[in-house]
Amino acid sequence: MLSLHHYLILSGILFSIGALGVLIRRNAIVIFMCIELMLNAVNLTFIAFSRYLGNIDGQIFVFFVMTVAAAEAAVGLALMIAFYKNRGSIDVEDINLMKL
Amino acid sequence: MELALPQMNFLTIMPETVLSVVAMALLLVNVLVKSKEKAYLGYLSLAGLVGALFTIPWGQKISGFEEMVLQDNFSSFFSVIFILCAVMTILICDGYFKKEGCNHGELYPLILFATVGMMFMAKATDLMTVFLGLEILSVALYVLAGFNRDNVKSNEAGLKYFLLGAFSTGFLLYGMALIYGATGTTKIAKIALAAQNGAVSGNMMFLVGMLLMATGFSFKIAAAPFHMWTPDVYEGAPTPITAFMSAGPKAAGFAAFLRVFIIALPSLTVQWSDLLWILAVLTMTTGNIIALSQDNIKRMLAYSSIAHAGYALVGFTAHNASGVSGILFYLLSYTFMNIGAFAIITIIGKKGEANNNVQDYAGLGVKRPVLALCLAIFLFSLAGIPPTAGFIGKFYLFAGAVQQGYIWLAIIGVLNSAASVYYYLRVMVYMYMKTPEEDFNWVKLTPAVALCIIIAVAGVLIPGIIPNSVLNLAAISLP
Repeated sequence: MLSLHHYLILSGILFSIGALGVLIRRNAIVIFMCIELMLNAVNLTFIAFSRYLGNIDGQIFVFFVMTVAAAEAAVGLALMIAFYKNRGSIDVEDINLMKL
Repeated sequence: MELALPQMNFLTIMPETVLSVVAMALLLVNVLVKSKEKAYLGYLSLAGLVGALFTIPWGQKISGFEEMVLQDNFSSFFSVIFILCAVMTILICDGYFKKEGCNHGELYPLILFATVGMMFMAKATDLMTVFLGLEILSVALYVLAGFNRDNVKSNEAGLKYFLLGAFSTGFLLYGMALIYGATGTTKIAKIALAAQNGAVSGNMMFLVGMLLMATGFSFKIAAAPFHMWTPDVYEGAPTPITAFMSAGPKAAGFAAFLRVFIIALPSLTVQWSDLLWILAVLTMTTGNIIALSQDNIKRMLAYSSIAHAGYALVGFTAHNASGVSGILFYLLSYTFMNIGAFAIITIIGKKGEANNNVQDYAGLGVKRPVLALCLAIFLFSLAGIPPTAGFIGKFYLFAGAVQQGYIWLAIIGVLNSAASVYYYLRVMVYMYMKTPEEDFNWVKLTPAVALCIIIAVAGVLIPGIIPNSVLNLAAISLP
């Protein structure tokens, strides 16, 4: 039987993979996918708690997170296209015009 | 089946409704009216903002939408900051975007939507509203930062801001999820209640949730060590948008940060005030030290804005009446002084974001004495020298820290403030003591920009000389 802990551990692992991916991957689209992974790990946490607590708030929160993630994807991909048009690359190593 | 409709209380979100409707109407107008001239959209949005300003109620505490939002003086005070911020930004936008050749009409609705998001953040009494407000703000800001779409630096700023902003949202959300799990609710008043009843005492999940939320908010207010995006984004974004980003969203981040931590998490006060102590010291010191060596003036003001977030965190660490009202006063005056300074930088800059180095200001005091004087006033205020609002604000922030027993924190703050005088004065040395190399004949002071600068000078000097009315207003606007 799967308990709350299993879900929490799974979502913790997913979140960590996502966060690590953001830090070590170099392609902006892959980084964005890692961010989506983080958000979905959060969604899993919300759903698990919602089910465990018998409280609907967590599920409503998840709907908002998904909607916002879709809006963010639209804006983020548009920004990547604009960047690609000017630089011919979306590697984060090339996002380097401004330095310390 | 009986369906009980929850009480809506639309009055609580009146200013936001006005602004959203105006913004959506402007999007349509922009499509329907085929005109290269976009300034009229700016005037219409100014009208909308002024209209929204008059719908802000004062002196009442009304909760609406099942405790999702709370209209109180705290949110009214912040709404005024946001509206002023948007008004002043819109005043300097038209000239700049014409000069840069990307005069697109979507600019004004985006600024209005960002303002709506900020106002929701200040009103939020539910973690859901905090998140939604933050995202309405952020999504609009990502676009605005990359608005100058033929300029690679602007693209880069937008992309960087987007990637790091979304990353930090992940942390904020995970913190919210853990706090929801520990307390079983997302309403901040009920979170406090659950913590008070001992339901979460010694619960690691609650503590980790607080830490993750603090991380997320620190990203948004650009506190060190989560400030890495700030200089690049501020440098690359179009100058008026930098002005907007450095004042409004920072204030909005503080509004949500204050409300969530003071109302929802009083049971963890010991832990979070220690955490904020460290953040405040790190933020002030990093910001000021790196700002010393910056040549690009936008980048210098970016580091200075990091340092200013640190000063505000000093008041937050104390979180007593003087500290919190100090934050409110300081964020209001910071809006005036920073947007004022950026207004002048905007008109002195040449096409393609050129002419933004400190050296380019050589002789401004001889060629354009009035502009130089105004810039000097704003820089004095940023440095915290009387009789400006910046001095009064810092005074109350540090006084709050001393009252609460954080003597060392106040001392570090004052030392930092003293160090910051160097880089502000450096600009003034260039303006007044170097021989002019150029005649600044491209600098066009349009009536709109002049109005923005006049508002800013008044907002810096009047509260600096007679601070009582604004201070009293801040004192009755605590969360």
